[in-house]
Amino acid sequence: MTKTLAGSKVAEIIAEVLPDAIVKYDANNVWVNPSYLDEACKILKHHANLDFSYLNSITAVDYIEKFELLYHLTSLRTNSKTTIRVTCPNGRKSPSVPSVISIWQSADLQEREIWDLMGIKFTGHPNLKRILLWEGFDGHPLRKDYLG
Amino acid sequence: MAGIRTEPVTINLGPQHPSTHGVFRLRVTFDGEEIVDAEPIFGYLHRGTEKLAESRSYVQIVTLTDRMDYVASMSNNLAYVSAVEKLADIKVPERAQYIRVISAELQRIASHLMATGFLLNDLGALATPLTYCFRERERILDLFEMLCGARITLSYMRPGGVLQDAPEEFWSALDTLIADFPHYLDELEGLITSNEIVLSRTIGVGILSDTKAIDCGISGPNLRASSVKWDLRKAAPYEIYDRLEFDIPIGANGDTFDRYQVRALEMRESIKIISQCIKQIEKGPIRTETPYFIRPPKGEIYSAVEGPKGELGFYMVSDGSIAPYRCKVRAPSYINLTPLTDMLKGWKMGDMIIILGSIDFVLGEVDR
Repeated sequence: MTKTLAGSKVAEIIAEVLPDAIVKYDANNVWVNPSYLDEACKILKHHANLDFSYLNSITAVDYIEKFELLYHLTSLRTNSKTTIRVTCPNGRKSPSVPSVISIWQSADLQEREIWDLMGIKFTGHPNLKRILLWEGFDGHPLRKDYLG
Repeated sequence: MAGIRTEPVTINLGPQHPSTHGVFRLRVTFDGEEIVDAEPIFGYLHRGTEKLAESRSYVQIVTLTDRMDYVASMSNNLAYVSAVEKLADIKVPERAQYIRVISAELQRIASHLMATGFLLNDLGALATPLTYCFRERERILDLFEMLCGARITLSYMRPGGVLQDAPEEFWSALDTLIADFPHYLDELEGLITSNEIVLSRTIGVGILSDTKAIDCGISGPNLRASSVKWDLRKAAPYEIYDRLEFDIPIGANGDTFDRYQVRALEMRESIKIISQCIKQIEKGPIRTETPYFIRPPKGEIYSAVEGPKGELGFYMVSDGSIAPYRCKVRAPSYINLTPLTDMLKGWKMGDMIIILGSIDFVLGEVDR
């Protein structure tokens, strides 16, 4: 059975190298400071005790007062998982976070989808275009204030 | 041919093309016959499933999941209802779990039969092998018709169990199918695995390495063809999979042939699973009573099952109301297309269609 790696353990390993990167953590989740996201993800992927080589999915949720991004990660070697959470800075006007495409290629289409439907920019993504809707579409439909 | 000046040519494949498995468009740049670049363009079948789910009750969303991967509705239903059950803490009776596993495995066989049939179609063996595969798939659809009256958009599962118990004639028809199926597979594999044209056109074509597959988040038979032994039915067993014995077939090279062969072997494993289920299943209730409008407590869940195409996951957020606050789908067909450009580069025009076919994606799930 896939076990969930304790948030405290994941946070501890990241904090060894990047003390400012961790915002908070609980049993299953670690909240990461968006400005340290790509460095923290490098540790998550390459550290021998974490080895999260597989990015299952990236999800964006619109909580109106904030946008939250979730990265569901799995280590295929140790059969363990964790969830990394990021609260997007810059409010509703122009939320943006660093892209993790250089760490996991599977972020490619998923980040484009989130930009398309939720309107969160991923800085460093080489091809951040709309994917399911057409260029020129007005608005981002998965936002709670979008009226269809 | 040194000295001859060539110029790259860009052509469009699709969106209306029989080999694109739906409405999928690929802008391909060729140098002569060789592919130098390919850009997939999606969205022609986008219906906003995730947005629609936010204004429907938890039971109504089952019908939306049917229309995602429309050749594997049972697996979509299962992925969705198990996410809701975890969110709302609903227990499922054992008999219902067995029926769900039987129907999900039947669906896996049906989906793999379509994948195999269309792969041969894409190879140029027009219609005949596809008809062989559809003949067997038809019998599975007949079984589904006995379960719920529908054949494609099934909506058979509900949070808490299944719609209704399987009728008597279902079990006898299932027994005959299980008895016949190994022979069908022998026949099908005999036609394909020993066919020299199939072998020379698929072995070594469109190789996806294991590191690349993991990096791109590939799941399902495509990941296992790249010799990564990862199956959620074993890695994180759901329903009653921990009581069943079955193997996870893997490929050696991650080429087009391995992707076909892993599917063929998986069908045999599914038959094994179903016959164990028939032995183990006992009489009992098939559905836990749930309120008409399910109101899960505030919270969130990510729950995934091993669908025929790969890891089909639902991330749901509940705010305590009758509709989910957010319902995100982790669609395997969509993410499996991530390395497409890299897989196509360097291959000839004729190989393009087979590589595309061997990934086995369904546009209803890609675009949602």
